[in-house]
Amino acid sequence: MVPLSWYLILAAALFCIGLYGVLARRNAIAVLMGVELMMNAVIINLVAFWRYIQPTLINGQVFAVVVFAVAAAEASVGLALIISIYRRRNSVVAEDMNLLKW
Amino acid sequence: MRIEYVWLIPLPPLLSFFIIWLFTNRSKTLSHTVAIVSMAISWVLSVITFLFALTIEHFGQEVFELSVPWLPTGDTALNMGVLVDPLTAAMLFFVPLTCLLIFIYSVGYQNYGKQLDPHDAVGSPPHNGVEPMYSRFFAFLSLFAFGMLLLVVADNLLLLFVGWEIMGLCSYLLIGFWYGRNYADPNQITPRQAAVKAFMTTRVGDVAMMLGIVYLYFQTGTLSFREILYNEEVLLQLAETPSYLAGLSVAGLVGLLLFAGAVGKSAQFPLHVWLPDAMEGPTPVSAMIHAATMVSAGVYAMVRMFPLLSAGWHHGGELTAPMMAMGFIGSFTALFAATIAVAQKDVKKVLAYSTISQLGYMIAALGIGAYVAAAFHLITHAFFKALLFLGSGSVIHGVEHGMHHAPGAHEHLDPQDMFNMGGLRRKMPVTFWTFLIGGFALAGFPFITAGFWSKDEILADAFASQQIVFWVLVLSALLTAFYTMRQISLTFLGEPRTHSAEHASETTWTMTTPLVILAFFALFAGFVGVPESFPGLGEFLHNLGNFNRFHEFVGGTLLEHPEAVEFNIFPLVASIVASLGGLTLGWLVYGLNPLKQGQADPLAAPLGPIYTLLERKYFFDELYDYVFVRPAKWISEVLTYRIMDKIIIDGFLHGVARAAVVVGNFFKDELEKKTIDNPPIYLANAIQWVGKSFRVIQTGRVQNYLLIGMLVVLAFSGVYYLMLAGVLK
Amino acid sequence: MDISQIIFLIVAAVTIISAALVVTSRHLVHAALWLIVTLFSVAVLFVLLEAGFLAVVQVVLYIGAIAVLILIAMMLTRKAMSDEPAQANSQWQISLVVAAAAFIGLAGLLNANAWPGLTTVDLSGSLTQLGMALVRPDEFVLPFEVASVLLIIALVGAIAVAGEKK
Repeated sequence: MVPLSWYLILAAALFCIGLYGVLARRNAIAVLMGVELMMNAVIINLVAFWRYIQPTLINGQVFAVVVFAVAAAEASVGLALIISIYRRRNSVVAEDMNLLKW
Repeated sequence: MRIEYVWLIPLPPLLSFFIIWLFTNRSKTLSHTVAIVSMAISWVLSVITFLFALTIEHFGQEVFELSVPWLPTGDTALNMGVLVDPLTAAMLFFVPLTCLLIFIYSVGYQNYGKQLDPHDAVGSPPHNGVEPMYSRFFAFLSLFAFGMLLLVVADNLLLLFVGWEIMGLCSYLLIGFWYGRNYADPNQITPRQAAVKAFMTTRVGDVAMMLGIVYLYFQTGTLSFREILYNEEVLLQLAETPSYLAGLSVAGLVGLLLFAGAVGKSAQFPLHVWLPDAMEGPTPVSAMIHAATMVSAGVYAMVRMFPLLSAGWHHGGELTAPMMAMGFIGSFTALFAATIAVAQKDVKKVLAYSTISQLGYMIAALGIGAYVAAAFHLITHAFFKALLFLGSGSVIHGVEHGMHHAPGAHEHLDPQDMFNMGGLRRKMPVTFWTFLIGGFALAGFPFITAGFWSKDEILADAFASQQIVFWVLVLSALLTAFYTMRQISLTFLGEPRTHSAEHASETTWTMTTPLVILAFFALFAGFVGVPESFPGLGEFLHNLGNFNRFHEFVGGTLLEHPEAVEFNIFPLVASIVASLGGLTLGWLVYGLNPLKQGQADPLAAPLGPIYTLLERKYFFDELYDYVFVRPAKWISEVLTYRIMDKIIIDGFLHGVARAAVVVGNFFKDELEKKTIDNPPIYLANAIQWVGKSFRVIQTGRVQNYLLIGMLVVLAFSGVYYLMLAGVLK
Repeated sequence: MDISQIIFLIVAAVTIISAALVVTSRHLVHAALWLIVTLFSVAVLFVLLEAGFLAVVQVVLYIGAIAVLILIAMMLTRKAMSDEPAQANSQWQISLVVAAAAFIGLAGLLNANAWPGLTTVDLSGSLTQLGMALVRPDEFVLPFEVASVLLIIALVGAIAVAGEKK
């Protein structure tokens, strides 16, 4: 019997690792990979909650399916943006994208 | 009562002044018509008043007076009113008459009827054309007549003083009538300077008079003649109250102050210096103002105030202080002026000094208490002096006429210098005979001239009271006759000394008619004053309808009717000797061998330096210049203007201004810059620094923003958790 | 400790370790490959949670589409075989601290709660149930349709952003 809290802690750990990846990686694609990790953590949470609290109700899974769709859409758009930026600036280093600087 | 219109007497000339000034200025005919008509109206009214006054018995007690409140002073008021008593009536007889005659004379004198000469500048005397400022002249003459008449009918000292000052103003305006006239010689006084001199000198007297009036008002609370002078108790009280000056009673001090005013106005020593220089004015002005009326206003004021001046004196007793002053100054002036007149060249200057001398007679007469004699001489003098001045004007006109009509080049000489005349008796007969009559009247030719009777009465009074005054007056009578004959000889006798004199001719009827009328009065006006005690003639006239009641009539003005002096042969003889002797001496020196052209004055050589002293008027003008005029100019120019105004006051102001600038700069630099200007700058700098410091988080990098966001979230959630846990409230 | 717990621990360990390697790999391609391993282990987790369909979706979608997309993007944005510098940026220390703090906070919170236990349910018909839920008008057809619209938008948007500009 795996307690729910284990799943949740696992999801939290995955989320924080993904957070570190977002904050600390130089390459923009690496940042996106961190974002994917965060999304996965969210889905794990959702599914775990579905299984442990209301397995009979299918709403949990539907939520997870929608999140999948959103994750996919966001990943594709993000990568498209990175490609566009690369074309313009010939670099994918996140630190170099500082046009918003004062 | 028919006498109620008396207050109308001064008004027509005033009206004429305004009409001429405002409306008829451009028309010469209208101006002189207005002036003469108004003067005639005044004269007619005066004559009616005079005749009416003659019919009233004891007029002195039943005088006519009319008074209205004028200036309110607390509970009481200063009044404005008229008073006709015997003295006023006598004045009203001759003043309007002489003024009217002079007005008519001025028409001819100012060359009415001739064309305006384009060479004549406005402000300078005309050469041959009509006077450009013709209307202005008549306007001023009218204003002057108003002033004189006001003075004569006034019933209080204040109104008298008003008339006094109006005449002072007109004297200034008329002496300086030819304001544009300048002379090449800087020492010769111009009309403008003479006008200022006249005004300033009489001002000295006027100030003293004002003080006297104020002091009198302070002591009695009134200025009305009737209340002060006809009132036994008031006079006695004034005579006994001591005044501010030790030894003088109030009456004495007031009297001396008022007398000082008369000294200025009547040109007595030491304020005589303005009258000879006033001859710069046109001759009618000299005749009217400086012979007949204004200068006699001073004497009239003294005659009027005689009860005050003599308060505490009774006939035969000790003289009061004002009377002593008058006696001394009057007799001194009479002699002093007569000596100067002997050495003068200008025909008008001789007459000016003669006027001063005769006024001295009148003052001296008052000084010894001869009230009626002074009034009598005042009236006769007005007639013959006006006659003499008008005659001299006629002579000057004749010589000028000769100057313009002499063949060949026009001579440029002084038409007033007697040494340029001569032989005019044949050229200008009317002028000659009238002038002769006037001159004899002045000299006091026995029995037939008015001057004799009036002068004789003064001498008789003087002999009876103060002998020294008598001898001084006799000596000056001698000199008077001498210089009169000198003047007549130089002007009319002998042969003409210059071309101008040769071609002189008689003047117009407007000028000669007044001469004739005045000559009539100069001869016959004296008979009204023949004393009753005079052997033969006195009684004869008395029986002829009381013809010679002058003494009785005018004497009624006083409270106590003055006694007539008993007849004494000695003064009579002395006066005859002085007059005839003087005339003979003059004729011997000047008339027997009339001077030829270029010949010097026969007196000059024998008298030598004395002659120069006399001719230069004892150097009084120079003395006054050094003692008074230069210091006054110094005070005004240097002391007040340069030192006080510029250095002290302006310097102080500039100093204050500079100090203000220094203080302002100090405030600006020290205080304002440091406390007010800088703090906003510091504030702005601080804000800028804060902004700069905060800018660093705007890196433009997404990961930085995320990091900061995460940090804040952690912080908030930590705080929230702690609050929930109860650790933090 | 029963068998399910052990299995869970092993899968959890694989997931965590491979995730850590994703964010710390020096080579980007290695990171992508480790990402694939992580996604696989997550799919295994889904199986453990008796959500079989989601496990398959995870594999097909995430690994088959997204991870491949990431690799393609990597290839498209490679510079010409240059040296790869360090992959951590300037703020990696603070990020580490922040991530650790976040994990500690979350874990602490999660442990403090009492969670419900597992209930044994028959989940054989869950797939049918899911299918029906997604298309029934009174259930979740609308979110389903909106999600499909979102995908179309994302598709169009990606083409618009990344397309070659003429």
